[in-house]
Amino acid sequence: MNRYITLIKILLFGLLLLPLSLMVWDGFQNNLTADPIEELLHRTGIWALRILLLTLAMTPLKFLTSQFIFIRLRRMTGLFTFFYATLHLTIYLWLDLEFNWPHFFEDVLERPYITVGMLAWMLMLPMAITSNKFMLKKLGKKWKTIHRMVYLVLILACLHFIWLVKSDLTEPLTYAGIGLIWLLFRVMVYRGKRTQNV
Amino acid sequence: MKFKNTHKDYQVTDESIYRSRRKLIKAGLIGSAAFLTSHALALKLPKHTINGQFKIEEMTSEKDATTYNNFYEFGLSKSEPAEESGSLITDPWSIDISGLCEKQGKIDLDKLVMRFPLEERIYRMRCVEAWSMVIPWMGFRLADLIKYCQPLSNAKYVYFETLYDPKQMPNQNGRSIPWPYREGLRMDEAMNELTLMVIGMYGKKIPNQNGAPLRLIVPWKYGFKGIKSIVKIKFVDKQPLNSWQAIAPDEYGFYANVNPEVDHPRWSQATERRITGGFSLFNSRIKTQLFNGYSEYVADLYKGMDLRKFY
Repeated sequence: MNRYITLIKILLFGLLLLPLSLMVWDGFQNNLTADPIEELLHRTGIWALRILLLTLAMTPLKFLTSQFIFIRLRRMTGLFTFFYATLHLTIYLWLDLEFNWPHFFEDVLERPYITVGMLAWMLMLPMAITSNKFMLKKLGKKWKTIHRMVYLVLILACLHFIWLVKSDLTEPLTYAGIGLIWLLFRVMVYRGKRTQNV
Repeated sequence: MKFKNTHKDYQVTDESIYRSRRKLIKAGLIGSAAFLTSHALALKLPKHTINGQFKIEEMTSEKDATTYNNFYEFGLSKSEPAEESGSLITDPWSIDISGLCEKQGKIDLDKLVMRFPLEERIYRMRCVEAWSMVIPWMGFRLADLIKYCQPLSNAKYVYFETLYDPKQMPNQNGRSIPWPYREGLRMDEAMNELTLMVIGMYGKKIPNQNGAPLRLIVPWKYGFKGIKSIVKIKFVDKQPLNSWQAIAPDEYGFYANVNPEVDHPRWSQATERRITGGFSLFNSRIKTQLFNGYSEYVADLYKGMDLRKFY
């Protein structure tokens, strides 16, 4: 399987670009509903969360299949999460708020769903910066600490979604549920390791 | 397999349709024969005047106003009402009038509409989700209907209900909100000259997804006050519990007046995204106005009231 890693990586890269391509396509077709800014905000946000869940699935998948390839794909999916989250933030700041900074700071300070959303992006930033091999080697053990924050990002992202929904929580709770499964898996594996070491 | 020869039946045009077509051609309303279908006739509106008093900013395109809707009875997304509301049967339609009034019982909508002067008015529509549209509605004043019902002196509020029929409104099978949808107005709000009972928009009969065949429009309040597909009107002495207040009383009140100073607990109401229909990716946010810009007509209704408390 590892022989095909380059091919798989190229395929995954193309696949992860599809949501963005569809947004651009729909934009040209004037197919982004009556409120395109809202639609783009929703789509970029949803895809950031979905790809985050995919990223978090990589480690459990490695454990279940013993295929190391999943770990080698993890950086790309992680960076795509950051990419869509950054698009999300940019659309909000540029198209929606038109760089009205007082409005932005008021939102971040007074609207809890925006506070946690902003926090999630800020926690992703150091992860994105340190995602390369050079930083991995340089930071050593610290690297793992930084990248464990991804679970905090997951919780914040789910809260961000839950708190902005008007009435029906099915969709955000579904994502939160999947996230919880990955989280529990990690805890179980961690415990398993500890008992093995004893 | 044998086919029944039925072509004679469907080639014969119903006489009443034929007659009305003749009338339309004479009136010069429709130029092309291609439009002469019964479908086009079904969209025809009764006689009405156009009230230019409320003419305002650039109108929202008809396509946007009829494909971007909140109508949970047909689904929670904005596109579902237009896609899923074909199952709603709006003709015949009757409204049940009850409570503290002289005129009681069911009345046919067609008969009701004939009683009142109809007019078109262009109003702003501000959604509680902080987007807005400008829409030409057609209908009659709720005040006229109330006078017709002859409310008793102890009738202080008007209560409305949407149709409850999961066969016609498929999402009523879901438990997203308690059905049927309920709304209410204080009597003086209901009697205000701005308050309309709407049966048309953009010069046509109102489409199902916008609340056919009869909906409420209260332009100085958030859109959710404009209850759709009304089947019940009741005069009551106590303030009714409207649906959104029942769902989340800390977020939605009875009054729901548009007010940039009173934020939704989770988001700001100071600005809104105006949906016009052009290339709207760079549409700027506009400032939300108190009472949606209708202060001169309605501010008196709330004199001395703390609008933060009565949101």
